[in-house]
Amino acid sequence: MNDMTPIETTLKDWESDQEVRWCPGCGDYAILKAVQRTLPMIGADPKNTVFVSGIGCSSRFPYYVESYGFHTIHGRAPAFATGIKLANPDLDVWLVTGDGDGMSIGGNHTMHVLRRNVNCQIMLFNNEIYGLTKGQYSPTSRTGTNSPTSPVGSVDRPALPCAFALGSGARFIARGYDVSKDLPEVLKAAHAHQGAAFIEIFQNCIVYNKDRFDDFTQKKVAADTQVWCNDGEPLLFVKGTKGLALDHETLSLKVVDVVDGDWQAAGVMVHNVKNRGLAHMLVEMPFGPFPMALGVIYDDPRPTFESEVVAERAKLIDGKTADLGKLLAKGQTWTVEEKDAAHGLMD
Amino acid sequence: MATISAEHETDASVQDTAPEAVVVRFAGDSGDGMQLTGGQFTLSTALAGNDLATFPDFPAEIRAPQGTLFGVSAFQINFGSQEITTAGDAPDVLVAMNPAALKVNVQALKPGGLVIVDTGEFSKRNLEKAKYESNPIEDDSLAKWDVLAFDISALTLEAVKPFGLGNKEALRCKNMWTLGLALWMFDRDRQPLVDWLKNKFAKNPVLADANIAALNAGHAYGETAELAGPLKKLHVDPVPSEAGLYRTITGAEAVSLGLVAGAQLADLPMFFGGYPITPASAILHNLVKMKEFGVTTFQAEDEIAAICAAIGASYAGQLGVTSSSGPGIALKGEAMGLAIMTELPLVIVNSQRGGPSTGLPTKTEQSDLYQAVYGRNGDASLPVVAARSPGDAFECAIEACRIAVQFMTPVMLLTDGYIGNASEPWKVPDPASFEPFPVSFLEKNNNPGGNVLPFKRDARGVRPWIKPGTEGLMHRIGGIEKGIDTGNIDYAPQVHQAQTDARKAKVDGVAAAIPPQDVCLGEESGKLAVVGWGSTFGPIHQAVRRARRKGMDVSHIHVRHVWPLPANLGDLLKGFDRVLVPEMNTGQFKTVLRDQFLVDATPLSKTSGQPFAIAEIEEAIATYFDGIPGHAEGEVPVNETQLPNPEA
Repeated sequence: MNDMTPIETTLKDWESDQEVRWCPGCGDYAILKAVQRTLPMIGADPKNTVFVSGIGCSSRFPYYVESYGFHTIHGRAPAFATGIKLANPDLDVWLVTGDGDGMSIGGNHTMHVLRRNVNCQIMLFNNEIYGLTKGQYSPTSRTGTNSPTSPVGSVDRPALPCAFALGSGARFIARGYDVSKDLPEVLKAAHAHQGAAFIEIFQNCIVYNKDRFDDFTQKKVAADTQVWCNDGEPLLFVKGTKGLALDHETLSLKVVDVVDGDWQAAGVMVHNVKNRGLAHMLVEMPFGPFPMALGVIYDDPRPTFESEVVAERAKLIDGKTADLGKLLAKGQTWTVEEKDAAHGLMD
Repeated sequence: MATISAEHETDASVQDTAPEAVVVRFAGDSGDGMQLTGGQFTLSTALAGNDLATFPDFPAEIRAPQGTLFGVSAFQINFGSQEITTAGDAPDVLVAMNPAALKVNVQALKPGGLVIVDTGEFSKRNLEKAKYESNPIEDDSLAKWDVLAFDISALTLEAVKPFGLGNKEALRCKNMWTLGLALWMFDRDRQPLVDWLKNKFAKNPVLADANIAALNAGHAYGETAELAGPLKKLHVDPVPSEAGLYRTITGAEAVSLGLVAGAQLADLPMFFGGYPITPASAILHNLVKMKEFGVTTFQAEDEIAAICAAIGASYAGQLGVTSSSGPGIALKGEAMGLAIMTELPLVIVNSQRGGPSTGLPTKTEQSDLYQAVYGRNGDASLPVVAARSPGDAFECAIEACRIAVQFMTPVMLLTDGYIGNASEPWKVPDPASFEPFPVSFLEKNNNPGGNVLPFKRDARGVRPWIKPGTEGLMHRIGGIEKGIDTGNIDYAPQVHQAQTDARKAKVDGVAAAIPPQDVCLGEESGKLAVVGWGSTFGPIHQAVRRARRKGMDVSHIHVRHVWPLPANLGDLLKGFDRVLVPEMNTGQFKTVLRDQFLVDATPLSKTSGQPFAIAEIEEAIATYFDGIPGHAEGEVPVNETQLPNPEA
């Protein structure tokens, strides 16, 4: 976040006068509420807050937040956000995108906003389907997904958004899901990170991909299937009876049993948000044999793009004055005297 | 070794009296430094007080295989004691650094013109690469011209011997040797070149000295060879021009300076988003060096990101600018629509090149006019301004900035490869001579007691510009159709109708804020108007001037505001019996004129990647007066293929 005086607001202050028009039961409602709950917690100022989105169901988000908002074009929100941050680094920019918008048509821009490290929060709502266009499979759809454009099951292999983000050079990776009560904490951490913060939010598309994430979001399975990444704490799940340890033979993670709470004896790893190698392993763990890694997986800040641009500019203009007359007359010039000049020379 | 062939009759007067104008073309391998040679010759010409116009013509390949026909790079300069508006038709002098350069260029040379060749490069291998069956210096195929053939390579090696350079490095000085000779031929001062070389090679004084030695040796060769052959010193008298301070300027430099000046006049920081593309990259290169004027440059990941970042910057309160060439402009189309829909200021510079697709990256064309005027989805009108010459691009860039901020609209500025790369002398303007157009952002709620109305239009149909960060004016904008005044999503039938009409009316209204169309040469009515836009200015102007000297009733009209068109243009055109529209495309502006005014405009097309020759336009003009059998001189012929005259 920027060095702004914290402002006192309530959830109500962040609700715009626009009627929310997602399908009843859509996971987007829960995410909107989580964001509106987070903004007062971080002391955000509505006048300095800008929500920028692309196209898709998730991209309607800015209309519903009482701040500045820009609903742009499909896949390009990161480029708009980059221009906004370079023009005014004091603005607090939140990017809202989806699996189609951010991983398919806009994959290129997602990569570059991350590698440049523009200081903004990038929320990628992943529902593994194209909702707004009526249910075609998306770049994150699992192989075999039935849809209007894949009637016998999709053959494409899905992309892993967090692995993609890490590969693009992201310095902050987190995961959450729509109805998680911990989502505001994840968003707070993302906001506190100086630089591009990438948050993959699993979101239930009630119409075209219903309950796709139930196998780890349902209350009755959550404890057994979610591992929450907390910096400095062991990577435990199933109420502390299982943990993630490093298999030294294969240099990969393995699930180990923890007896009597002695996770150290079981070799369970302690989460370290600055460990990039661990982050790679956590985001690539296949769900099923492994739990779903949630929370702040990686957080290791580097100087932001806009601060580097400002510094570069200062270096370039050091000692220069903005004299337009001088600029225009730069280079080799010559003078034509009045006596040499001809008037009305040409027909 | 000097081989001179002068079997044809030479016109002694050409050499003995000062010519009005001389056209010189330097041609060699793309690695021979021809563009550099030409550029420096241009500078020395301008410093000598001649008016000039240049035409760089280089291949798309950075280093095409040596000695090949497609790797030939050329630079043409027309300079003289008269006002010069084109790079000239046929050269008087051709400097060919190898057989390929000779082959590609010699046919353009005027009969009796001078060819200077480097025999050191006329090896069997190079002759084969240039597809010569026999050595043209030795057979009689060059009989039409004066040929001065000598071993420039050897002479250069000899001149730079004291500096102990390797063979390859020493031969790189050939272009300076040739330049030295050219400077002598046209009685130019060497000192500015010497200064420039010292500065360029400040870190490597040996290279500076070697190049200066080569320059001097070439010059000295001219002195010595004068007595021996057709190489006579040609002095071109300086052109009298308006008093003041001058420099040379390319179109790319002029656009860059104009954008900086425009942002200053608007009292705004400028954000420039670009992605490298020929021939537009030069603008980004230039602006990187002008950051003290509140310029932020952003080299984006692609053309789309470049424009989107610029729109983001405009949204945040800066003057967003992006630049590209045709293929890149195509990619930016959707984002332009968003800028039109959200009514944000933006300047889009299109340095046109030959198309479609990748087309001719380094050659010039005017074939993106439809793209500029019509090329977006939906009813998406935006103002289009076209520069006529390198110097004019400065004022056009300022004009584009003014319209963008005053009308909250994207504006396209059209230049082309020719304008971008060519240079001409430019009278340095006084920044104070331009009327400032400072922007005022909305600071207070325009709807007291309610939510701010970001799309509440003023009398000209223009919405307020609201910067994020402003207290109490939070609002949302986007590409979806929006309610009147509020900007909230609304696609009710009557709303879309009203907003479409409002957007169109706003852009049409720009016509009231631009100067009326003038006639730049000739009467305000008459038999024939030659109507042009963009870089065809030079050849049209000269052709019309020549035709008028022969007594033809012809006028030249050159349109800067291509969209919306000046309000008086229709009436002006209707004052002429005929309208001829020369364009480097298949007739795009002709279509616009016919559509807007129902005038009987006739196209004159050229799409060879080369600018019009004056003679081509002159011939076309002549057909309206005496060129068609059966029509008496001076009578306007009827062209059956033309549309019926709507007035008839």
